[in-house]
Amino acid sequence: MTPKTLYDKLWDSHVIRERGDGTVLLYVDRHLLHEVSTPQSFVALDRRGLCPHRPAANLAVPDHAVPTRSRNLADAGALAKAQTERLMENVRRHGIPFIPLDDVRQGIVHVMGPEQGFTLPGITLACGDSHTTTHGAFGALGFGVGASECGIVMAAQALVLRKSKTMRVHFEGLPGEGVTAKDLALALVSTIGANGASGYAIEYTGEAVRAMSMEERMTICNMSIEAGARVALVAPDETTFAWLKDRPMAPKGELWDKAVAYWRTLPTDEGARYDREVVIDVASITPHVTWGTSPEDVVPADGHVPDPERIDDPVRRQRVRKALDYMGLRPGQKISDIEVDMVFIGSCTNGRLSDLRAAAEVLKGRKVKEGVRAIIVPGSGLVKQAAEEEGLHEIFLQAGCEWREPGCSMCVAMNGDMLQPGMRCASTSNRNFEGRQGKGGRTHLVSPAMAAAAAVTGRLADPRSLRN
Amino acid sequence: MVEPLKQVRSRAAVLPDQNIDTDVIFPARFLLLIDREGMDKCLFADRRLLPNGEENPDFPLNRDLYRDVRILVVGPGFGCGSSREQAVWALVDYGIRVVIGTDFGDIFAGNAKKNGLLLIRVDPETHAQIISKAETGEFFYVDLPAGTVTVNGETVCTFQLTESELHAYINGWDEMDIILNTEMPHILEFEKTHMSRQPWLFSEAER
Ligand code: SF4
Repeated sequence: MTPKTLYDKLWDSHVIRERGDGTVLLYVDRHLLHEVSTPQSFVALDRRGLCPHRPAANLAVPDHAVPTRSRNLADAGALAKAQTERLMENVRRHGIPFIPLDDVRQGIVHVMGPEQGFTLPGITLACGDSHTTTHGAFGALGFGVGASECGIVMAAQALVLRKSKTMRVHFEGLPGEGVTAKDLALALVSTIGANGASGYAIEYTGEAVRAMSMEERMTICNMSIEAGARVALVAPDETTFAWLKDRPMAPKGELWDKAVAYWRTLPTDEGARYDREVVIDVASITPHVTWGTSPEDVVPADGHVPDPERIDDPVRRQRVRKALDYMGLRPGQKISDIEVDMVFIGSCTNGRLSDLRAAAEVLKGRKVKEGVRAIIVPGSGLVKQAAEEEGLHEIFLQAGCEWREPGCSMCVAMNGDMLQPGMRCASTSNRNFEGRQGKGGRTHLVSPAMAAAAAVTGRLADPRSLRN
Repeated sequence: MVEPLKQVRSRAAVLPDQNIDTDVIFPARFLLLIDREGMDKCLFADRRLLPNGEENPDFPLNRDLYRDVRILVVGPGFGCGSSREQAVWALVDYGIRVVIGTDFGDIFAGNAKKNGLLLIRVDPETHAQIISKAETGEFFYVDLPAGTVTVNGETVCTFQLTESELHAYINGWDEMDIILNTEMPHILEFEKTHMSRQPWLFSEAER
């Protein structure tokens, strides 16, 4: 038999049929829903008088447009409230499992899904959100879809898709002290570019990946869409199984044993070929930060903003000029001279317990710099609860941070948590696009430790200089 | 719902920037709108409009030459980022039916197909030639059955659609209907085998 990659195995085991034109009808095991990408999907069902094909294959939660100052929907604004209420009404009518806002399990889809064991190795999982790559950390074929596809998945549990090419990203060696999964992800996007993996499914391999916790693997897979990859994967292993065991929706007893036996067959076979291979020398990576308006605009924290006059390619020169102009930065400016107004710690990239711990380690016994606002938004109610059990919230509150309720919050600025024009933010989220955190807002993507260091110093700073 | 697309004749506006993401095409704050009406007003809102709400005269779509264009020529990486289908709805609502570029965001490309928005991929050299023609205000003629884009009768690029894609575009077929009408027996049959192989993926009631 020809050796297969993990991606091949996941794909092949879900092909319902080849359609003879290069496309495939692919079975979709699971579907995560949130309030923003599904209203029109339900309209498509209702217009045809359809019910979901398998209600139990779906799980819905409000996250994008929910208030994080309270659990009172109106605090996020009338439109946001209407959107969440629409989701509640839609799932009620269609019998779709739902986690309400005041439930401790509520959280960002990509934090909540794994926590509940809804995400499992070997499955296909769709969600109307591009960061569905996150679930690939478990060896699940997770991919983002649009609202039409959300409707099709509910109606038919299948999609017409074209197979991606495969790219292996091999992280060679182990990261240095104080270098995080976020730094590796930023380094990768800068190496291959924001379109570098467009059309590809990435599989991450190497010692560094094997040594990573599930949370770190999720961070890396999460950011893969910023390099253009619709799918990112890590082969499941003992770390995966230990993390999933006894999760509420994970299989139990005999079925668990059967499932694990199957999951052990998933890793890429010896000798399987990828369409492209990239090797990243992990030991040489330092804390990284973005300076511009694309996630590929990355420099080391001790580096400088680029100088367009020193760029030969005219197209790139023009792009850098525009980005610097939007970001309000001087060519060649030192990163450590950049002052921030706001710090946001949270999102599906870095809103998990280990991320909050990393931030707390820096913030412990320190104060947020005067004039800087720092908000900390846990990725889920369970993350919040666990953080409070460890007393992390006290560290944050004593430092002068705001400790919020879970949700997407300032990652996407749909719930009233947003930057004002010209404001500059050190953010642990995943997108520094123009206006992403509020019209005219300026985003620098960083790790949780670096965000915390920015809160304390009021500037972008290498967090290693501040370790407790 | 999907408007059929067989031929388009129009000037082509050029948006040459690299990596125009779906947040730029359709800013997130408008995602709170539930109805699909009026999405054209949100298209490129932060670039097309000035902070005071007036049109930004520097934005290509606001130039007299490009009023009512139905074709866009875009830089690499157009449609990267968020999966929001609103980016496609807004383009179509604005009147854009064809986008020519070197490559597109994967999810955006999937959404485009479902809404009768045709994406044409060309190599960088052809791309540069098309841009210079578009900038002089030449009329482009896109013919889906023929798979050609011509200017003054001269072919500037070709593209290939599969038979099912072509039928979907020219008839305005909706993918959900196609799947429901033709694929359900296959899906049900697969489901049975899948359940026997991975029973843990199905609820007790389903097993
Ligand atoms: S946290 Fe940000 S990136 Fe993640 S799902 Fe929410 S809005 Fe999307």
